[in-house]
Amino acid sequence: MTPFLEVKEMRKSYGAINAVDGVTLSVGPGEIVGVIGPNGSGKTTLFNSILGQIKPTGGAVEFCGEDITGMSPLELSRRGVGRTFQTLQVFVKLSVRDNLIASAQEFKGTMPGRLFAKPDAGCGHHADQMIDMFRLQHVAHLPAGNLSYGQQKLIDIAMAFMPAPRLVLLDEPCAGVNPSLVDQLRELLLLLNKSQGGSFVVIEHNMDFIMKLCPHVICMVEGKVLAEGPPSEVQANRQVLEAYLGN
Amino acid sequence: MVDLVQLIISGTATGAIYALCALGFTLLWQASGTINFAQGEFVMVPAFLMLFFINTAGLPMWVAFLLTCLVAMVLLGYTFKRAMVDPLIRHGVIPLVIATLGLSIGVKQLVKAGVTAQAQPFNSIFPDGLLSLGALKVSYMDVGTLVLAGLIVISLQTFLNRTVTGRAMQAVAQNTDSARVLGINVARMVLYTFLINAVLSVVAALLVTPTYLAKFDMGESIGLKAFYAAIIGGFNQTRGALLGGVLVGVLENLTGAYISPAYKEGVALMLFLVVIIFKPEGLLGKTEERKV
Amino acid sequence: MSKTQRIALVIGLVLYAVLPQFLKSYGVYLMTLLCVYLMAAFGLNLIVGYAGQMSIGQAAFYGIGAYVAAILMTKMGISFWFALPIAAIACFVVGLALGFPALRVQHHYLAFATLGFNVLVFLVMRNEEDLTGGTFGISNIPRPSIFGYSLDGALPFFYFAFVSVILLAAVLWWLLRSPWGRAFAALRDNPIRAESTGVNITAYTLLAFAIGAACAGIGGVYLAALVNFIEPGQFSLSVSLLMLLAVIVGGSGRFFGPVLGSIVVVLLPEWLRFLQDWYLAIFGFAVIVLMVYLPGGLLSLGDRFKSGGGTR
Repeated sequence: MTPFLEVKEMRKSYGAINAVDGVTLSVGPGEIVGVIGPNGSGKTTLFNSILGQIKPTGGAVEFCGEDITGMSPLELSRRGVGRTFQTLQVFVKLSVRDNLIASAQEFKGTMPGRLFAKPDAGCGHHADQMIDMFRLQHVAHLPAGNLSYGQQKLIDIAMAFMPAPRLVLLDEPCAGVNPSLVDQLRELLLLLNKSQGGSFVVIEHNMDFIMKLCPHVICMVEGKVLAEGPPSEVQANRQVLEAYLGN
Repeated sequence: MVDLVQLIISGTATGAIYALCALGFTLLWQASGTINFAQGEFVMVPAFLMLFFINTAGLPMWVAFLLTCLVAMVLLGYTFKRAMVDPLIRHGVIPLVIATLGLSIGVKQLVKAGVTAQAQPFNSIFPDGLLSLGALKVSYMDVGTLVLAGLIVISLQTFLNRTVTGRAMQAVAQNTDSARVLGINVARMVLYTFLINAVLSVVAALLVTPTYLAKFDMGESIGLKAFYAAIIGGFNQTRGALLGGVLVGVLENLTGAYISPAYKEGVALMLFLVVIIFKPEGLLGKTEERKV
Repeated sequence: MSKTQRIALVIGLVLYAVLPQFLKSYGVYLMTLLCVYLMAAFGLNLIVGYAGQMSIGQAAFYGIGAYVAAILMTKMGISFWFALPIAAIACFVVGLALGFPALRVQHHYLAFATLGFNVLVFLVMRNEEDLTGGTFGISNIPRPSIFGYSLDGALPFFYFAFVSVILLAAVLWWLLRSPWGRAFAALRDNPIRAESTGVNITAYTLLAFAIGAACAGIGGVYLAALVNFIEPGQFSLSVSLLMLLAVIVGGSGRFFGPVLGSIVVVLLPEWLRFLQDWYLAIFGFAVIVLMVYLPGGLLSLGDRFKSGGGTR
């Protein structure tokens, strides 16, 4: 199976500190890969380097055989790479429904064409489906900024899936989400993985969530990949345990 | 050649005054993220305060200056911070920018309506006349301005670099959160910055008003020049304000003499635009990578 | 818009249309001036309120529009109807040109660049006497005629400007309801997120600037025809600052915010003439109070009483 996303020897240093220190990983089509590791192990920096939010110091990223290293988030989104954010990043003054439409409309037609398109750009129906799926019907017309943290987190995830991306990088989808929602979230992600067929890379601290969601897990410590494999193996790895529990 | 040197010297003197204003401007930005669009009015108000103490209260110049420093620290330092900056800064930069624009208009019109719309003469603290150094003739005012502004800048730098309080203020300017973790009283350091800005404004008023005359709209021009200076030099750099101020002053003088008096501020303005576009962190500034 | 709002809008428009019949020529002039000012203010609201960019240089475009039209009409004898689109396109292009380099920088730096641009334009207007008439300005700017019907009179020109501003507002309303409006709002609310969901923030920032500038340019053409005489002082930096304050005081990012704000800075000072310079003094301090207690502007007062009611 040819890898779909391939990250080779990714590096990002800030002065003498190597936040990401030569990470190599590959993700196949439709695969869900989990990334775990203690705080400050470079997970989010790795994401941001892959996604063009920051300039990597070294290394390369290939997506579907194309070199996408250092491409802007816009170019990546056009190639079908989506993401969710660790901190809340919704359009606060737009309604939930408009947030979802805004995340998909730019993929419909041309820019001049959209000026003359219907106000919902033809994405309204899909947005409503997503709202049903994430059970946001009762708040669909409220400004997203007025909602609770957990609800905004769900919107954030739903937004990433609106344009049916081929690859989604999820940065701590469970952080701050009420435990009763966590199971629901996992079911949703599995459902989206099946229906849209995209590949996921998921950063998460919630072990239980990762173990049940990802058939393949990578553990990062101090900018390097410490262990890799099925979740049960990684979890049993002594080095991983030490990294988490301290020396 | 002599002309050129004279133009550069007097330009540097004017620039030193801009630098004082720009210095306060950058200090406020670094310590609290405040962009003060009323910085020019912060010079205009002390000019009128000093005039009041001298002409109406009949006090000697130096007493008037010290009293004005005191009033400015209370009004333009403490009150400005407590009444405007503190409640607004947590909403981001823009509402505070708008509020300082409002302050600028409010103060200006208040002076125009309540005090006078006419330009008032203001005596220089330096004697009239020219100092001759060979063929070179420099006015005492320029020399005095340079010396006084230089002294203020050097003592401020010494204070910031050599004293515990000064270093704490720099720590706050660089990283408020880390400074707080280190046990620095951030609120107090920020207040000190506002007080220093007020005093710098009074000194600038003392030096600039003899030429500009005390008028309600005198701050428009000086505020704009300080603004150019701060951006050109580097918004997040104290040294930048000095370089920027002198550059603006000298360029203005040279443009006025050699290109066209009508475009006196033209070259400085172009430099300002070029810096914004090609090196927004300023000539001496450092780039900040955008945060995600 | 709710039904009540629609009715209020129609009543407001009818009153505004009827009122000049009972006013002397100066009153009619002021009401026309408000229409003209609003064209520029609507454009500024698009930039500031909807696309979330800062502009402290709207008066520069107001001025470019006015000068381009005045020069074309007085020196080259070109009709108003050709001068209008030329001025609008000129401002659109200059807006793009200014926005393009300014894209490298964000937020307050963009504001600074527009500020510098305004000063530069002012210097050119004041100093290039051969072209702009310098401090003497350009006088004897003619008013247009429409289908052979002269608009020289105060009332005919008022109705012309009134209908024009309504048309301009209608176009902007339609634009903001299209997917573009949503993209502008996405850019304003969260540019980082917007970029990662395919919004071309470069293109939309430029477009917001250019469209806003074109609106100001159109306003400038009408201003030139209204006052018959233009000089640099009408387009100085302080005019830009006041216009920005007008938009924010009214309620930026609300469609009718600029209307309320423009009334506060154009009409109220005339009605409250006995206050003289005190008016602007009070206005300045009122802006501070407003920013502290009602940062959303006067129109957000309504939201205080009803929860929800989100706008875009």
